[in-house]
Amino acid sequence: MADETNTKKFLYINRKAPYGTVYALESLEVVLIGAAFEQDVSVAFVDDGVFQLMSGQDTAGIGMKNFSKTYRALGDYEVRKLYVERESLAERGLVSDDLMAITYEDENEDYAEKPSIHFVDRSEMTKLISEHDVILSF
Amino acid sequence: MGAYEVNGTVAEHDEEGYLTDIGVWNTDLADMIAKAENIDMSDAHWEVVNFLREYYEEYQIAPAVRILVKEMTKKFGKEKGDQKALYALFPYGPAKQACKIAGLPKPTGCV
Amino acid sequence: MSTLHTVNKSPFERPSLKTCLDHVVQGDAILLIEDAVVGARKGGAFAEALSHKQASCSIYVLAPDLAARGIKAEDIAEGIALVDYGGFVDLAAGKARVCAWL
Repeated sequence: MADETNTKKFLYINRKAPYGTVYALESLEVVLIGAAFEQDVSVAFVDDGVFQLMSGQDTAGIGMKNFSKTYRALGDYEVRKLYVERESLAERGLVSDDLMAITYEDENEDYAEKPSIHFVDRSEMTKLISEHDVILSF
Repeated sequence: MGAYEVNGTVAEHDEEGYLTDIGVWNTDLADMIAKAENIDMSDAHWEVVNFLREYYEEYQIAPAVRILVKEMTKKFGKEKGDQKALYALFPYGPAKQACKIAGLPKPTGCV
Repeated sequence: MSTLHTVNKSPFERPSLKTCLDHVVQGDAILLIEDAVVGARKGGAFAEALSHKQASCSIYVLAPDLAARGIKAEDIAEGIALVDYGGFVDLAAGKARVCAWL
């Protein structure tokens, strides 16, 4: 990791479902590119943003690239803190099992696979926002 | 715009030589793209190209160079997962040039 | 260490304002810009929620966006302050971070 004094805490907030608009894909690309700058990156999924992590996405019928698999590469890019808001899931009739499993390999623990997704309630999400230096909204 | 032609099949590419349809890729095509890049494909070159294709298949992106180095190290050991060694194989950049040969889109973040 | 939250979509079109209101903490500021200013109108469906939030947050509306949409300053819900572009900059500079609700 970079020197802590030079490291800022970035929070990307995703609030749009994928495919209907370009927000979700753009956000993912910015996260991947931004990962090269070795900052402390977290990604939040609020409102329709939770649909970005749905398992079983199949875009064959709409002629668009299924980029849901790419979220599973985030661990390689050291983006290992994905926060999903419980209330946003519940409002949409979703439960945690509806989402993909996303893990990272912890190099400090012999590459043990650990979950990247953390489910947080609204008050925790609110706290997360106030703990970050930079908020990027999509 | 233009196209590669190999064994009678035509594969279109963009202005930088990346295939427009990754589905048309085959090893003969890879050899031809490599030749256009002045690269003589060795086993070491193929290892990288195949690794990139597998990574793309799994994650739908081509990895950035540092990720490629890290993942190649994990899979093949330090000697091959080495930035210098990768640049020796692909002088114009392992991600950029090897991706082109692998038939993948230009990696995200590469200008 | 508080946050400036900006909202730029009409609350009648998207839940951006509602979601924003659900994610603010004591001492934060909320600035309605672009189409979001339509939610600030007195008697509108969101006026009460905005008034309610004023107990913990200050709420602003960007005057040029209000004027552009023909909404008079005296017609916005009570307690909401008007700012110009300079005021927007001052608000952003006075907070630790800016969070945009799109």
